[in-house]
Order: sequence, then structure tokens, then C-alpha cells
Amino acid sequence: MTALVTIEGLTKRFPKQAEPALRSVSTQIRSGHIVGLVGPDGSGKTTFLRLIAGLLRPDEGGIDVGGFDPVANAKEVRARIAYMPQRFGLYEDLSVEENLNLYADLRGLVGSARKATFERLLDFTGLAPFTGRLAGALSGGMKQKLGLACALVVTPELLLLDEPSVGVDPISRRELWRMVSRLTDEGITVVWATAYLDEAEKCETVLVLSEGDLIFDGRPTDLAARVAGRVFLIEGIEGDRRYVLNRARQHEAVMDGTIQASHVRLLLNENARALSLASIGAGDEARLKPVAPRFEDAFIDLIGGGFRAESPFAGGSQRSHDIAIAVEARGLTRMFGSFTAASEISFDVRRGEVFGLIGPNGAGKSTTFKMLSGLLKPTSGEARIAGVDLRTAASEARARLGYMAQKFSLYGDLSTMQNLRFFARVYGLTGARQRTMIARMIESFALTDKLDENSGQLPLGFKQRLSLACAVMHEPDVLFLDEPTSGVDPRTRREFWAHINAMVTNGVTVIVTTHFLDEAEYCDRAALIYRGQMIALGTPAELKAQAASSTMPNPTFEDAFIALVEKNEAETSP
Amino acid sequence: MSFSRFAAIMRKETRQAIRDPSTLMIAGLLPIMLIFLFGYAVSFDPRQFSVGVVVEQPTGETESFVASLRNTRYFEIETAPVRKDFETLMAAGELDAIIILPQDFSAIALRGEAAPIQILVDGGDPNTAGLVGSYIELLVINWLEQEWLDRGQPPLAPLVSIEPRVWFNAEISSRNYLVPGSVAIILTIIGALLTALVVAREWERGTMEALLATPVGPLELLLGKLVPYFVLGLGSFMLSVFVAVAFFGVPFRGSFLALSLAAALFMLCSLGQGLLISTLTRNQLVAAQVAVMLAFLPAFYFSNFVFELDSMPLALQLFSYAIPARFLVSTLQTQFLAGNVWSVLLPDLAALAIFAIVIFAVCALFTRTRLD
Repeated sequence: MTALVTIEGLTKRFPKQAEPALRSVSTQIRSGHIVGLVGPDGSGKTTFLRLIAGLLRPDEGGIDVGGFDPVANAKEVRARIAYMPQRFGLYEDLSVEENLNLYADLRGLVGSARKATFERLLDFTGLAPFTGRLAGALSGGMKQKLGLACALVVTPELLLLDEPSVGVDPISRRELWRMVSRLTDEGITVVWATAYLDEAEKCETVLVLSEGDLIFDGRPTDLAARVAGRVFLIEGIEGDRRYVLNRARQHEAVMDGTIQASHVRLLLNENARALSLASIGAGDEARLKPVAPRFEDAFIDLIGGGFRAESPFAGGSQRSHDIAIAVEARGLTRMFGSFTAASEISFDVRRGEVFGLIGPNGAGKSTTFKMLSGLLKPTSGEARIAGVDLRTAASEARARLGYMAQKFSLYGDLSTMQNLRFFARVYGLTGARQRTMIARMIESFALTDKLDENSGQLPLGFKQRLSLACAVMHEPDVLFLDEPTSGVDPRTRREFWAHINAMVTNGVTVIVTTHFLDEAEYCDRAALIYRGQMIALGTPAELKAQAASSTMPNPTFEDAFIALVEKNEAETSP
Repeated sequence: MSFSRFAAIMRKETRQAIRDPSTLMIAGLLPIMLIFLFGYAVSFDPRQFSVGVVVEQPTGETESFVASLRNTRYFEIETAPVRKDFETLMAAGELDAIIILPQDFSAIALRGEAAPIQILVDGGDPNTAGLVGSYIELLVINWLEQEWLDRGQPPLAPLVSIEPRVWFNAEISSRNYLVPGSVAIILTIIGALLTALVVAREWERGTMEALLATPVGPLELLLGKLVPYFVLGLGSFMLSVFVAVAFFGVPFRGSFLALSLAAALFMLCSLGQGLLISTLTRNQLVAAQVAVMLAFLPAFYFSNFVFELDSMPLALQLFSYAIPARFLVSTLQTQFLAGNVWSVLLPDLAALAIFAIVIFAVCALFTRTRLD
């Protein structure tokens, strides 16, 4: 097969950024393939796509799209490619049909050809019944399909999709994948950028970006082969699996470790000798079971291993966090107008538990979360933190909780140190205690070099660290984390979980929301939220067991989620 | 340049404009609000002044003098035998002026010597101070002439007799020149605000990227975005002129066609300025603020609308030639009050056309089909 896109030594710098967004990337994209463009936020995916589309000018190196240079021959290149940017590039105040018409006009599709194409696209995307609806009134999944349809009004040679699956529920995500796979059968080449590592596994070839470097270019199976025979589960752990993980992470034979339901998943070093389970305190019954590697294992291997240091939060805190039930939710319901964002949500969270609220964007996680933390008044139902009713003693309850918001919500114009001091004072830390705690946060989150920088200018990983530091400085009993790891790279994600695990061992209770369904594995228990309803509650193992079937004996968490959603829909619809 | 792509962008913009209530508010409501504001709130016409008259020695003459003051509609008169109380009132801002008629007022006044009247004026507001001062002076002269006539004495024969006739604005109503001038300010704000948001909005919502990845060219984009707002802007112009004539009764003596031509050229400048701001800022909030600052303030200060350019330092007078509104205000004022004065209209039209061309050239220069 021939190369449709050839890229040689491509480098792109942005003003005011020390490091280039892309550093001498060379690769070829072959016709008729789905190419996965994988990497965490800020790794250079969007820049890569924009360069191919001729929306940015390269600083060094060259791009050739079917014989044309995207900058010098912008017209020719743009006539051959279709590009769906993040958020799909739709006009929300135009209807489905008007959006399609606009792109058809711009691409010169007229007459009977247009009619036929629209029919085919509307049928393909299932949007035919909604042609008159404003794009802004569509669900996330439908917007995604309309975005795709607009990109496809004229069949392109190359389709560039920038994170098409972000913010879309897992069911729509799978549907989109099926639709795009069909396109490659028609000979369209697709570049699919994603931060979801599991999506990359399904691509024919993958380009893995990390901090602007292309660190892998090849078949996903070849990537997985790198770590074949090195991935294990420790099963049958006696005692605290988080303790075992913490010991294991620091073991010389281990490159990476994560919690996977009641087990610990390990990636061993290439030349690791056997790992003695006794040496990491897993107990007599524990055994190592080899498992199939995942893309993420290989990614961690590529970037040289996960977070291996001891979390500075390990080894106890000054407070005992002596509460029995940390959080009680009783029939929490919240309406926005006639829209029910959360309906009758009830659960208890015990002291020292990691409790997950899991679901796609817009499912009602954040609404539930805000009601629990006292930021949003429930329409009905009640919430208690450490036995204190949020309605009657909100400030008392809030003093016992720490909250890390989904979006960066510190003061971007204040320096790191100023933010720390401000939040210390807000939480009533003064004098020697304030100095001690700030010093501890700076040390724990490695902020020493960034103290004088404006927090708005920090790299994403540091922003998240600073947000977490500000949320835990007053040693809260209950910690609320709203999408703490959204967009951060897998290594920082592991660092975060190391801190969270250490705090939990000290008796802190953690409630976390995430749309990375696999992060549910890190939780002790998780509630699955879908369309404002809590459709399941249990340990990760229980939830997966509910979804297991003869055709799918070992479902992933995403499989489990989809199965539970379908089950729930079958039960609720007559 | 492809007509169908231009038309596609234009149709899209039109739909968005119609569906966005803020666009219609800017084009429909804002002109009416502003013209009423300028029509009612800003006025340089004399109001009633409060004047205290100190009569140290009441006589027939002082009585007739005070009565003559009272007979005008400009003054509200209080009298007192000493000035002390009035001084306090003037310090408190309740009196605009004090007139002191000394003990020997009658005697001296009728001898025909220089009027021995002391006038104290509150100089806090120089405009008012000047007005009050000169009104009182005129009234004193009138009164003296009257007195002499009554007594059969020959008046101090004036060498020249002045009989003022006011042309163009016979009522000397400041509204008659403020309201036409305000149309320029209104079109400046509306034009800039209408387009300041349209490009920035596309950047913020992420639609610009999708648009740029299609074969659309900069000119198609620019014109497609311009035309719908140009039509809306002309609508605002007609609305403003209608309110000025029908509601404020400002006479219109020129040719509507000529004025519309000037307004259309000016609208292009204004819209182009908004587009440029939007293209450069890529942020709706910043664009709106910049539009108000950059478009409104210079137009307000340097267009001869309120502040007379002739009384400004030379440097600022020269600067005013860089402000398109300056060339519309003069056309507006002559078209409303004087009629078709070609020596005003033609240079103005030429200047506005040059502005429009330059602004669009700059706009086209900055409209890229790339992100960097």
C-alpha cells in the first residue's frame, strides 16, 4: 500500500513555550488505514492534525499529503481532506440540516448528488428523524455523528478526527468506531486522535506521542508484544491491596503497578527475576497470574515506567479522621427546569473508602458530587458529611471536606505560593501550622521550582498537583475529587493515585468522579451513573460479575458499563 | 472567490444573526436607546439660572431693574439687602450668580455713567458662568436703553445696530444638531459591536477550525460575514433617522439618498473595524471591550459631535482626520439642517470611501486561513 501522507522531521514550536509542541516527527500514513494518534493532553496530537490540515505552518520539516504541501497548496489539500476538530465544529444555533447544507455549499456539493449524499449520511448516522433540530439541542453522541456527517459531505481521501470520543458515552463511542471502520472499507484513510489508550488497540497502526516526541509508530500488537510475559495480577492478597501496591511500586523488579479491583496489576522489568510476593507483604495465599498486556502497560513501558516513589502522604497524618460513615446520600434529586440531572441517588460511603462515581460526561456525576459537597442544593433528598447535615450546617460540614474541582479553579494570576497561602488562610490555617502545611505540600507535590510562576501558566500536570495540594492542605476527613486525572498523562495519573491511596490508608475518605471507566478499578466501590440515574452500585469485581456472560467471561469495565446500561434500559422500558 | 461559498457563509451568518437575540437588540434596540439618550439627556440649551440680587437701597430704578430680570424666562430671582446669605448659597451651588446693586445705583445709572453693577458668577462650570455673565450684561444694557427711552433722554447712540438672524437652526435648539450628530456615534457603536463578536465567536466555539479546513477563502469568509450585518446596520441607520425626524422633529433638508450613501460607506468602516478587532482578539469579551473603547471613544471625542474640534490643540485636530466619524458628522449635520451642500458632502464621501477601502484591506490582510 502507498503512503497517503509523508511526514519528514516535522517540528512545531509555539511562542512563549520553551519546549516544541512536536519534535522532529517522521512517519508515513498509509491509504485505507485507521491510524490511532495516541497520547495524553498536551502531547501534540491536535498540533499534528492541524499541521496535516494546513492550519498551522511547520517550523521545520515537511508534510506531503497526496503530493501536495498543506501550506503552499492549501486549496488542493483542503479539497482532499476532512477535519473534525474537538467539539465537532458545529454551529449550535443552526439545525442539523442547515449545518449539513453549509458544509455541502462550502465543498461545492450540489443538486442531486447532494440529495443522495444527505440521504446516505443521515441514514448512516441515524440522524434522519432530527434534521430540523438545532445542533445545540442534540446529545453528545448525536453531535459527534453530525460532526462526522458534516466532515463527510464530500468523500475525502483523508479524514482527521480530533478526539471524537471525548465527552461521549461509551455506547455512542462504540457506534462511532463501527461507523468509521466502515469508511475505511470505502478507501478513506482515517487519523483518529485519542487520549483513551484502549481505543488505540483497535487501530491498524498507532502513532504514540509523548511530550511532542513520536515514541512509537507501528502495529498495536507489536507494541503490546514489548511487554508480553511481563504483566501479572497478584491475586488472593491478604490484607490491604493498597499497601501491597505501595510496596510493589518501589520494588526494583517492578516498572509499574495499579490497583485492579481486588488485585494488583504489575508490569515487571524486562530482565526482572522472579518477584517474591512475601517481600511486598501480599500474604501466603497470594499468587502471580500472568495476564494479557494492555496498551497502557506498553505505553508506560515506552515512557520508562510509572510513578515509583513513595507518596509523601504515606506514614500517617496528624488527624485521626475518626468518623464512622463519611458520606450519606439519601434520595438526592436535582432538577434544572424540567430536566432531571440526578434522580433519587442514595448510598453510604464508609471511612477510609475510595468511592467512585462513574459515568460518561453529562450523566449527572458532577451534579451528584456538587450536592454531596454542599455546592448545589438538592431539589429533594439530603446529604450528610461525617454525620453533619449539609442543609443545616454547611460550613461545619465543609470544614471537614476538601474539594478539587473538575476545571482548574485556582487563581491563574496568582503564583503557586500565593495560591497555597490563600487557600491555607481560607481553611483557617495560621502561624506555624500554616507554614508547616505549606512546606509539606510544596515538598509532597514537587512544587519547589514553580513557586513564583503564575499558576495559570503551569503545565497541566502541575496545575492538577497544585489543585490537589490546595484541597488537602487542611487535612480534610473527606476528599472530593472531580475528574482529577482527566487529560493528565498516565504517569501523573499514577502519581495521583499513589497520593490518594496513601491518604486513604491514613483514614481519609475519597469520593472521585471519572469518565475513564477503567479507573473504577481503583475504587473500593463504585456507583455507575447514567442519564441521572444510579444504575448499579458495588465493588468493581461485583459490577463486572454482573455483566459477565458466556460470550464475555472477562468483561472490561467498559463492557460492564455498557451491559449494565442495556440491562437497565431493558428493565425500565416496558 | 466562489459565489456559492460566499453565499453559504452569508446564509449561515444571516440565520445566526436572526436567531441570536443579542444581535437584534444591538441593531434594533440600541439605536433607539442611544438616540433618546442623546436627544434628551445631552443639551446645551440654557436652562433657568438662579440669581440672587442684592438691593442695598431699594428705589424705583432698582425695582424696575429687578422686574426686567424677572420678565425673562432665563432667571429665577431672589432679592436680599445684603450679600452675605447669597454667598453661602452660591458656595453650596444653589445660586449661579449674584448681582449687587449698590446704594448709589439709581443715581449713577441715570447719569449715564458706566453701570456700577457687580456681578459675581459661580465659575465652577465655566460654560454656565460664561452664559450667565453675558445674559446679565445684555439685560443690563437693554434695561438702561429702556430707562433712557422712558425718560425721554437720548440713548447712548449705538454706532452699529445688531439684529441677529439664526440660520439653519432657527430655534437655536442644541437638539437639532446633537441628534443628527448622534447618528454617527450610534452607527459607530452598532457597526463595531455587530461584527466584533462574529469572528471571535467562531474561534471560541471551535467552529473556525472546521470552517478553515474547508476550501473557503479569506475573501469569501470576510464578505459573507459582512453582508448580513451591513444590511442590519443600514436598518439601524434608517431607524435612527426616522426617530430623529418623526420624534424629535429635527428638520431634514438634504437628500436622503446622499445621506444613505455616506452612511453606507461609514457602516463599512464601522463593520470593518469590528471584524478586524474580532479577528485579532479571537475572544468575544475582549473584542466587545476593545470595540467600545476603540470605536466609540474616538468617535465621541473627535467627530465634532459634542466637542468642537476648532477649539482643540492642533495635534488633536490633525488626529481627528483619522476618525471616520468626523466625516459623517459634518455630512449628517449639513444634510439635516442645511441641505445638500456639495462642498461638504463630496469630500466627506471621498474620505469615507478611502477609510472603507483601507480598513478592508487591513482586514483581508489579517484574515488568514491558518491558525498561526
